[in-house]
Amino acid sequence: MKSAGAEIEALELRLLLEAIHEKSRYDFRGYSFASLKRRLGQARDRFSCASFSELQHRVLHDPKFVPLLLPYLTVQVSELFRDPSYFLALRTQVLPHLRTYPSLKVWVAGCSAGEELYSLAILFREEGLESRTIFYATDINTEALKRAEAGIYEIERIALFSENYRKAGGRTSLSDYYTAAYGSAKFDQTLRHRTVFSDHSLVSDSVFAEMHLVSCRNVLIYFNRELQDRAVGLFKDSLVRRGFLGIGAKESLRFNKEAEAFSEYCRPERIYQRT
Amino acid sequence: MNAEPPPAAVVIGASVGAIEALSLLLPTLPAAYPLPVLVVVHVPPDRKSSLAELFATRCQIGVKEAEDKEAIGAGMVYFAPADYHLLVEPDFTISLSSDEPVLFSRPAIDVLFQSAADAYGDNLTGVVLTGASTDGALGLQAIGAAGGMTLVQTPDTAEGETMPRAALAACPTARALSLEEIATVLNTETLSMPR
Ligand SMILES: C[S@@+](CC[C@H](N)C(=O)[O-])C[C@H]1O[C@@H](n2cnc3c(N)ncnc32)[C@H](O)[C@@H]1O
Repeated sequence: MKSAGAEIEALELRLLLEAIHEKSRYDFRGYSFASLKRRLGQARDRFSCASFSELQHRVLHDPKFVPLLLPYLTVQVSELFRDPSYFLALRTQVLPHLRTYPSLKVWVAGCSAGEELYSLAILFREEGLESRTIFYATDINTEALKRAEAGIYEIERIALFSENYRKAGGRTSLSDYYTAAYGSAKFDQTLRHRTVFSDHSLVSDSVFAEMHLVSCRNVLIYFNRELQDRAVGLFKDSLVRRGFLGIGAKESLRFNKEAEAFSEYCRPERIYQRT
Repeated sequence: MNAEPPPAAVVIGASVGAIEALSLLLPTLPAAYPLPVLVVVHVPPDRKSSLAELFATRCQIGVKEAEDKEAIGAGMVYFAPADYHLLVEPDFTISLSSDEPVLFSRPAIDVLFQSAADAYGDNLTGVVLTGASTDGALGLQAIGAAGGMTLVQTPDTAEGETMPRAALAACPTARALSLEEIATVLNTETLSMPR
């Protein structure tokens, strides 16, 4: 039996999500409940609220409050070349295929602060595809999008990024792509000259058309099954026939309603192809 | 997912010395063990966690790595994948997440235990085994507060004493038992839990 306390907390949390939905353009009602609860629990403590209901009160009465909750609602953890074997598989198995197109469109959905985007931009440059590619980098967190445009990361993160880059089959040294100054590394701004950044929600916005590759990693895990169905439906409708979809290392289309629209292209790396 | 979801479960957390400890526990569970068992072991993020493969060959009960959004089935051991937190949703499905590490660990025991305590309430048994951090203490406390059964490996029988000690300090009503005794409890007492 669930405890009465847990039941009431769950109800309070649902009402908080309703309030956020009513008072802002954000809809978190279909996110994985357990991890949302954990993170909003941190927000509750951080803002010295005794309960989710108190947070809800702030959301209802203070128009500036929802943006303060956004960092708790959206997980920003990322790395350059996170899961290097994924980028290696793109390099060796997917890009040779994409080479046959005269022009290319790539959608990085849920791009966070840009780590995944710069990884792809470097990859496309090294494989000679950059000049014919347009990247679309989207996220609901506008602060993260700003950081993505800036392309500046703490220098402490560079060792990990470089190691990932090497494992991903990098052709030179990652240091060729950034300049270090004042404790941070600024990535070559030409890497994003062919990128359109935009605020786009997989929950409520519509498709981007004619994509050849959609890379959406570690976003679907935050959605419940219905939302995952919606998001993958968007990817399906966005992709050209035989276009590619790459998702996170521990995500799969196994439980997805749209699974039949895709074939497994590189199973261990979760790369699918639109049939 | 049309079958009635199993409303009781066992959760286990272990760190340093985990393989040896789990090797004494999990193989004692029969193929027909009626509860799901969810396990978080601290493993380095860059290592492909092969725990599920390792234990699959040693156990009678089914063993797998937990997958995002899968329904939790009875009589199955689920290991958290390396570098992801493992959580139980209120509808008894699994969520993975790449939220920040907790006490330097991802997966973290507290994250599993707290979410499982919410979902299963008093039909949950929490077990803290050997380890060198304090992860699991708050989680076990949450399980105790929800009315679940709380078990801790006796610190002086554990390779890492810190974790069991921290768990006992945070949850003084927990029973400190040897691995053999924990195995007995899992094979007898958990089965009489209301279902
Ligand atoms: C864990 S990060 C993943 C970053 C990167 N893709 C990676 O794998 O390293 C998840 C990102 O998804 C974004 N996100 C959450 N909900 C979203 C939605 N409804 N639409 C688009 N992006 C969303 C978050 O803001 C966050 O930046």
